[in-house]
Amino acid sequence: MAGHVLLIEDEPNIIEAIRFILSRDGWQVDTHSNGSDAVEAVQRKTPDVLILDVMLPGRSGFDILRELRDNPETAALPVLMLTARGQSKDRELAERAGVNRFMTKPFSNAEVLEAVRALGPAHQPE
Amino acid sequence: MPRDTLTGSRIRERRIMRGLKQSELARQAGISASYLNLIEHNRRRIGGKLLNDIAAILDVEAVMLAEGAEATLIATLREAALDAPRAGAELDRVEEFAGRFPGWAQVLSDARARVAGLERSVETLTDRMTHDPHLAASLHEMLSTVTAIHSAASILAEPGDVDPEWQARFHRNIHEDSERLAETSRGLVTYLEADSEAATELGVPQEELDSVLEAAGHHVPELEEGGAVEDAAARLGAGLSNTARQLLDAWLQRYAEDARAVPIEALRLPLEEDGLDPMRLSARLGSEPARIMRRLAAMPPEVLPDPVGLAICDASGVLSYRKPLPDFPMPRFGAACPLWPLYRALNRPWAMLSMPVQQPVRNETRFQADALATPLGGIAVNTDPLFEAHMLVRPLPARDDGTPATAVGAACRICPRMECHGRREPSVLAG
Repeated sequence: MAGHVLLIEDEPNIIEAIRFILSRDGWQVDTHSNGSDAVEAVQRKTPDVLILDVMLPGRSGFDILRELRDNPETAALPVLMLTARGQSKDRELAERAGVNRFMTKPFSNAEVLEAVRALGPAHQPE
Repeated sequence: MPRDTLTGSRIRERRIMRGLKQSELARQAGISASYLNLIEHNRRRIGGKLLNDIAAILDVEAVMLAEGAEATLIATLREAALDAPRAGAELDRVEEFAGRFPGWAQVLSDARARVAGLERSVETLTDRMTHDPHLAASLHEMLSTVTAIHSAASILAEPGDVDPEWQARFHRNIHEDSERLAETSRGLVTYLEADSEAATELGVPQEELDSVLEAAGHHVPELEEGGAVEDAAARLGAGLSNTARQLLDAWLQRYAEDARAVPIEALRLPLEEDGLDPMRLSARLGSEPARIMRRLAAMPPEVLPDPVGLAICDASGVLSYRKPLPDFPMPRFGAACPLWPLYRALNRPWAMLSMPVQQPVRNETRFQADALATPLGGIAVNTDPLFEAHMLVRPLPARDDGTPATAVGAACRICPRMECHGRREPSVLAG
């Protein structure tokens, strides 16, 4: 198995497509759709890579990422952020919050797969 | 005052610009200095050979002296030059250009006004894209749906086997998402169409109102005779955007109240006897000075001994009404000169500030400015009043040159007073 991915996204058909392409590549994929308890979901599932949408019901992806970075247990978790807001200030916000990769919708399956592979355990420093 | 009656002022201005003494010009023109003095103060009409002779001595075309060029037009031309600094417009010859080619100058000025209006529309639309929550949510929804379709379609199109069950699921997802996309698109179009009228108003409602008032000479005959506001609004408001129409309605409503309180007939005699001093007229007519100022601005030229200008601003300093004079321009866009007594009045509510002022556009013309800030609305418990300020400007007699005038401008961009501590932005006249 390539690793464990947690996908936090509220759009069911995007979840289904990403789950499919990652599963086919050998990843174990868990999903979560709510922003308000997303941090707890991350702590509970301890993924190798987190895919995080920005606009989530209950809480923004930026807030979630900031809290994760403040917690030593999740401070180093590789995070790929997905957003429909491609403005440079959003990218800057994400970078300041500590994102590893930032991708704007609509993205291609190949791009997501490449990003997750790059962030996965095989590519992380020991 | 009609433009051709200002020929004397323009002769005086030209003479001073050339550093020529009055007596010297009179000698060269073959007239007495006292007669030239009367001409320069517009007390004697001038034309024919004498005008041509004086024009030749002053090295200017006679038509420039006879017709001049509107200061506001020149101000707008200067702004147009600032917008295109690389064009190298000959700013030192702007008056000559406006005087010799008034039609072309007006075309350029109108085009500049149109460009400024369009720029503001673009700015507003950009702002709306950023801050309209419905628009942002709709676009976000569309992008998410497109992403879902794109991902599912890619899975189906890419080489490699896809389990029939998954194939069916992605087909269904694409179908669902395409329906959702169509629905969101329709909703967005409906929203934008319903709002298209508002979008056309993104220009400048205040400017629309200004144009209507300028065309009407700031005077509404039917309201002077007790007519209905609705009738005046129907006549003047044709073709206005909704927002401009609301501004016009409010202005007419106030006009009607003012006209009822101070009818034009009640003003004639006091104007003849007391002149344009708003405080004296206020005391004599028993009406508040701000209302007197508005009434003076609404009078047709034949009723007034001299033309008056009026500016009204709200507590934020935004001009809500402007009636400029040829020699006392008021900016069409943006903020006016912060040194105007209009703004000082906001700092001293209920005190009438009265002082001579001078704009650098026509440095020989001095105006008396009377400014007053008064509260809007009635007294409310534990609520600070909101103030509105009026400033009436009236030309000072040429003989009245005793009190030093306060140096003011129209707006920073077209003001040559570089050392001014109130300057907000560089002047087109810099350097």
